[in-house]
Amino acid sequence: MTSNSFFQVGLYLFTLLALVKPLGWYMARVYEGEPVGLNRILLPLEALVYRLAGVDLKQEMRWTEYAITMLVFNLLGFLAVFALQSLQAYLPLNPQKLPAVSPDSSFNTAVSFITNTNWQAYSGEVTMSYLTQMLGLTVQNFVSAAAGMATLVALMRGFTRRKANIIGNFWVDMTRSTLYILMPLSLVLALVLVGQGVVQTFKPYQTVPLLEAVSYQQPKLCEDGVVLQDANGKPVMETVQANEQVIAVGPAASQVAIKQLGTNGGGFFNVNSSHPLENPTPLSNFLEMLAILLIPAALCYTFGVMVGDARQGWTVLAAMGLVLVALILVEVSAEQGGNPALATLGVDQSANEAQSGGNTEGKETRFGITNSALWAVVTTAASNGSVNAMHDSFSPIGGLVPMWLMQLGEVIFGGVGSGLYGMIMFAIVAVFVSGLMIGRTPEYLGKKIEAFEMKMAAITILIPPLMVLGGSAIAVMVEFGKAAVFNPGAHGFSEILYAFSSAGNNNGSAFGGLSANTPFYNAILGVAMLFSRYWLAVPVLAIAGSLAAKKTIPVGPGTLPTHTPLFVMLLIGTVLMVGALTFIPALALGPMVEQLHLLGVGSVKG
Amino acid sequence: MLKHFRPAIILFLIFTVLTGVVYPALVTGLAQLLFPNQANGSLMAGVNGNTTGSRLIGQPFNSPGYFWGRPSATSPFPYNAGASSGSNLGPTNPALLDAVKTRVIALQAADPDNKTAVPVDLVTASGSGLDPHISPAAAEYQISRVVQARHLSAEKIRELVATHTEPRQWGMFGESRVNVLTLNLALDTLH
Repeated sequence: MTSNSFFQVGLYLFTLLALVKPLGWYMARVYEGEPVGLNRILLPLEALVYRLAGVDLKQEMRWTEYAITMLVFNLLGFLAVFALQSLQAYLPLNPQKLPAVSPDSSFNTAVSFITNTNWQAYSGEVTMSYLTQMLGLTVQNFVSAAAGMATLVALMRGFTRRKANIIGNFWVDMTRSTLYILMPLSLVLALVLVGQGVVQTFKPYQTVPLLEAVSYQQPKLCEDGVVLQDANGKPVMETVQANEQVIAVGPAASQVAIKQLGTNGGGFFNVNSSHPLENPTPLSNFLEMLAILLIPAALCYTFGVMVGDARQGWTVLAAMGLVLVALILVEVSAEQGGNPALATLGVDQSANEAQSGGNTEGKETRFGITNSALWAVVTTAASNGSVNAMHDSFSPIGGLVPMWLMQLGEVIFGGVGSGLYGMIMFAIVAVFVSGLMIGRTPEYLGKKIEAFEMKMAAITILIPPLMVLGGSAIAVMVEFGKAAVFNPGAHGFSEILYAFSSAGNNNGSAFGGLSANTPFYNAILGVAMLFSRYWLAVPVLAIAGSLAAKKTIPVGPGTLPTHTPLFVMLLIGTVLMVGALTFIPALALGPMVEQLHLLGVGSVKG
Repeated sequence: MLKHFRPAIILFLIFTVLTGVVYPALVTGLAQLLFPNQANGSLMAGVNGNTTGSRLIGQPFNSPGYFWGRPSATSPFPYNAGASSGSNLGPTNPALLDAVKTRVIALQAADPDNKTAVPVDLVTASGSGLDPHISPAAAEYQISRVVQARHLSAEKIRELVATHTEPRQWGMFGESRVNVLTLNLALDTLH
């Protein structure tokens, strides 16, 4: 790593940390219904929303009711996104006259956006009309994030309530998350991004002349539009000249802002935030990257405030932060190291003031190695999944780190809301394991952890690995699965493993070489996303209900303190232990083998 | 369960309007008012008023008198800004090594006297396929070729490259870089 790498990483982490307390405090006030600065404008709007919908602000729900309302709301979202894609050809705001999306792709995308995954088998600028992007995808970017935050808030109430059977009102928690937190932040970020060059327009795609015309080969068509074939059945190629460039534009900034803030990650354009009109400058890159971790990090402080002990929040944040920093260092070093296979070709991969050097395949010049590698870690630590460089072209270790961060269960920051409730599940397991070691009844934040909580926590921790490993195993056994692989050798297996790690943990990033827009992958990855979202959220709400019903036990001499450096280590240990034991065998077959090949151990054979 | 459908449907409609219509429309309105050029793709106007391209979107170049940009993996032709794409070639893929080798040979053939090592960004495809920039090292590498093709002095070209080199933003963010399209547009105005 260069000194500038350390500086840029340090600046990023410092800025993030500085924002945790103010935003965390603000969010706690929002959820506790206390006045915040934006009340004057938003309170009447909030009241109007409840009045129109017939929601009683004071009427709280049992956990089962809370879960059902969440599921019903998500079901409506699924139907709407599916319908918009199927009907977009007949709807307005489709200047490129894009046709209906295929049913399997529509299913996958609808699932992907309601589950806060934003896995994209499609390519934005050639598939989705402006209307679908706005009315379908942007809406889900807001409400799927809000649903995750609501679930977390319900869990926090479970810890603070005594002998209660209600954990809040889903509609209220969701409305407040959207109106007071996500929309104001998105509005500000979107405008700053436009100032940097992110497009925001309803105009059709723009055509500009090329300074130097370019000629290329394309298959020759008959008059009836069928590809002309020669005697051997191969398409006849003709040379054509392009004098113009069509530049895809659209209402991108509004969607990019919420895709980052809501840990959604779905790009407006195919190449996501590596596209110059989605992430044009180093400053836009810094802000987008900051937006990825902003809410997940600040929610840790909100958690501390809401359970009445800020140290509890800092402890969880410390555990997340330590893993993050360690993996950033590994990732930047791996990518800065370059590609040994290119060393003999007369290529200069060294880092100096005139170039960032390193492994530049799939990376943008303005971001260089540091900001591409940092982004890769940040986006997979959070369950964001937007990319500013092509992960498929990363070095083997550079690809392993993001993959493993997803496999850890998206709890190192994770999704907005979902990351922290996932981490709290690990905290429950950590106090249980240490309770067994010291012979005490496990308790966390004044609540006894018993068999029911452990069962539910175990489900939330085991479902994602089942999706990842089970799904990958199926894909490598069937022809549909293997045919989609792009890169040969061990890297091809990594493409499949990465896809299921991403879908099975609701991240959404990809090794883009895998041709995942097929009925097989659209279906199986869609199912993985559904399981990993709802089979976690519902057990978490069950725990919330169960904890709320318990009495609070005072801190005694036998209580394991959960705000100490020791507990930080216990928590990290639990997360890494589960993540390592479950996934090292699979990782050994993919990135680890590839790294050995790259170092010259054995030979690379397709 | 049925009693939840009424608030669910109404709230869903309200949020669709708020976040899917009002919010993007508000951003568009403000963006068109405050940053009309950026909001519409940062298009540049030439001397006679017609558009000469976007300063954020690269273009393909392959004649020796122009600076060349990053290799682009878009199809059917490089720098197709209607369908962005990276190569997705993995680090051990033989196709990556072949592609890099071919690009190195092409660069060396266009400037046989230049024996320095080729800056890596000049022979590896960008993530978007539309990267408008190359590193200052990649620009420096090409100066001798452009000088020969244009019969201009090296100082003059080097000066022009310097004026089209952007430092790290605010002195700290990202990497310094050269905008290939604006540099080549400026080259054409030199005599």
